[in-house]
Amino acid sequence: MPAVDFDYYAPATLPEALTLLADLGEDVKVLAGGQSLVPMLTMRLARPRAVVDIHGLDELRGVHRRDGGLEIGALVRHRSIERGDGPLAACPLLPEAASLIGNVRVRAMGTIGGSLAHADPAAEWPAVVRALDGVLVVRGRDGERTIPAADFFTGILSTALRPEELLVAVRLSLPAGRAGYAIEEFSRRAGDFAIIAAVAAVELDAAGRVARARVAIAGGGPGPVRLAAAEQALAGAPPSEETFREALARAPLEIEPDGDVHASAEYRRHLTRVLARRALVRAASRAGGAAGTPR
Amino acid sequence: MTELSIAFTLNGERRERRVAAHQTLLEVLRDDLGAVEVKEGCGEGVCGTCTVLLDGEPVSACLLLAARAAGREVTTVRGLAPAGEMHPLQEAFVAHGAAQCGFCTPGMILTAHAFLHQHPHPGREEIRRAISGNLCRCTGYTKIIDAIEAAAAARRD
Repeated sequence: MPAVDFDYYAPATLPEALTLLADLGEDVKVLAGGQSLVPMLTMRLARPRAVVDIHGLDELRGVHRRDGGLEIGALVRHRSIERGDGPLAACPLLPEAASLIGNVRVRAMGTIGGSLAHADPAAEWPAVVRALDGVLVVRGRDGERTIPAADFFTGILSTALRPEELLVAVRLSLPAGRAGYAIEEFSRRAGDFAIIAAVAAVELDAAGRVARARVAIAGGGPGPVRLAAAEQALAGAPPSEETFREALARAPLEIEPDGDVHASAEYRRHLTRVLARRALVRAASRAGGAAGTPR
Repeated sequence: MTELSIAFTLNGERRERRVAAHQTLLEVLRDDLGAVEVKEGCGEGVCGTCTVLLDGEPVSACLLLAARAAGREVTTVRGLAPAGEMHPLQEAFVAHGAAQCGFCTPGMILTAHAFLHQHPHPGREEIRRAISGNLCRCTGYTKIIDAIEAAAAARRD
């Protein structure tokens, strides 16, 4: 079905885009890679008065090392991240997560900023950014503010972005020393949204014990969720599969999954424990701890 | 309604068009330019039948606003070989019986073409992964994989 008419703007610079967003007010959609917005337009789930197409904003395509971490421009495509070139090599989790997104065509056009601003509860990037305590850099006509991932995702397809604001970059701090990351997900068919995805980041201390473990879940609620209780239980523990299994079995899971045609709520809870364990095992083994073979 | 004048290259030929901002490239290709080798399947970017190459990379024409094709090079399956000739991948599809109803074939071939360009010596598992975003509802995947494998092997000889 064709999309409903809208006014179309393709600003050439960031200031121009921000002025447009401020002037246009409500009922405006920002078009990045279009892999979520265009189907919403053609299915008429979205009928904005105006679309601001930001593909001309080359200043949002950079990837830089910054304070030991990474700053990734909002318009960096999944496919570039999947290739893991240049500074992205600093965090192997990113290519791994990118490779799980949609299909190769979605990855060719879709952008990390588009995915984060769209905030699909089952999407990979929100969980990755939440696991790594990322910071979202947001620009409005009157200036810039930064929003921690914990405060950015406010619900299903909802974020703390104001209508006149644009997400311009995401900052990820990368722990120095023995750290490893992994993502595990389950979907019914190749390319489907994850029923559950688990992202783990494990840091080991000098003695080889868990200094800090972080786990974020996608598909377990209206936004990405951290398994804070299990994370706390793991601090100081040996990074073994048994430890991870036990922590995930005993700790209350912070997720609030809904049951639907794809999976019951109970099955999603089960998947959360299994995938979080596998992600922790792989992350710990990459950090240099002997965590056994993931099953 | 916003209308725009765009110019892009379609299979090596420059095309200029007036398009509505809300039109997808798929609509313009099929309904306006007669490029009906680009098939419309799901219309939501999942099935891969509308795959075209945008500057050499496979994209879903149904998820690309036509305005975004301005200044770019668009290749459909028809653009892989001169008129009346077949590309080696197309020949391999024929030789291996890799088309049943044929609806997925243009997208499959374009996806395989871009994939082989980046991975000239793929394993069977890599080929399976490469075409995982293109659905064949006749479920004739085995022969499609055979054909892509053979085309890759032929390039090596």
